[in-house]
Amino acid sequence: MKITVIQERTNSAQIVSFKGKIVKELLWQLKINSETVLVVRNNEVIIEDELLCDADQIKLLSVVSGG
Amino acid sequence: MNCLNCDQKSVIVLQHGALCKIHFINYFEDKVFKTISKYNLIDKNDKLCVAASGGKDSLTVLYLTKKYLEFRNISMDTLFALAIDEGIEHYRAKTLVDLRKFCEEHTITLYVVEAKQEFNYTLDEAFPIINKGTKKKPCNICGVWRRYLLNKYARKYGATKVITGHNLDDEAQAIIMNMFKANTDLAAHLGPITGVQEHKLFAQRVKPLYFCTEKETRLYSLLKGFQVEFIECPYSNQGLRSYIQTMLNDAEQNYKGIKQGIINSFLAILPLLKEQATEEREEVRSCTQCSEPAHQEICNACKIKNSLAAV
Repeated sequence: MKITVIQERTNSAQIVSFKGKIVKELLWQLKINSETVLVVRNNEVIIEDELLCDADQIKLLSVVSGG
Repeated sequence: MNCLNCDQKSVIVLQHGALCKIHFINYFEDKVFKTISKYNLIDKNDKLCVAASGGKDSLTVLYLTKKYLEFRNISMDTLFALAIDEGIEHYRAKTLVDLRKFCEEHTITLYVVEAKQEFNYTLDEAFPIINKGTKKKPCNICGVWRRYLLNKYARKYGATKVITGHNLDDEAQAIIMNMFKANTDLAAHLGPITGVQEHKLFAQRVKPLYFCTEKETRLYSLLKGFQVEFIECPYSNQGLRSYIQTMLNDAEQNYKGIKQGIINSFLAILPLLKEQATEEREEVRSCTQCSEPAHQEICNACKIKNSLAAV
């Protein structure tokens, strides 16, 4: 499936080919530590075991301060 | 996965279970209020200065301090926010926009102190002079200026306590940094209430978010709808703290509760560290130039000021 990933920290968007099922696997694939982001889909925060669907658009909000 | 307390979808998975939006907000606020009560961080006779930048931590602690005062029927006149504008182009001005808007919405008095007014230089202007010939970033100057201005103006506006937005991650990083560098004296200044001794020249600093992780704090600020735009300081330090931050997040991902464990272990030995630091403490003097607290004849802020004046 294809997932659009928007990263707040880098202010960038990318379309990711994803063979897994859940958020946790997507973060593994992107080599992102789940401690450092909040995952938002359709303006709702979702947790790591949430199932993803083809054409989902998710936003990764940085937990770490920028100062 | 549903919330452990109801059938709503969860927004976070904690060590004790998953929580939905409402139960997470209740859990977070309860934790902060218990921290304030347990360590007596706020007394009804205090005048409170919240050190604010406009980021998620300071907006959260500002909001919850106000809520705590309302909960305890303490007058709002005891509360104000204080922001330090170091003079970092394309950074601080943006966070101050969020902070001003927040303070207006919540009717909280805000004072903004500019480094330029106090030292005649912005941080952008000062650090190429002070750090000339080195590859050092301006963080060494920024730290001295911020501590100096915060303490000076908090006292000037009558504060008996300075409330900061330091969270559990900040504290765990500081504990490990001090351990790695064998700074046991500095470690003694950590904890929910900072410092080793009370002194008339120091406004005591307290940390209501002490037991809240950075992730919990960002989630709370998001769920409460606080306007927090992610802006990275152009001088953002990539040094030891950043290394330890990554190390602790990697450990936490694999072994949940590591950061909390560091805090709990530290709190168990903190009384011993404070006792030792009290026995060995240096006398706090008054700077001969500005009368602010100093460990030597001249405080660090005046040393920087003198270096700039000599140019």
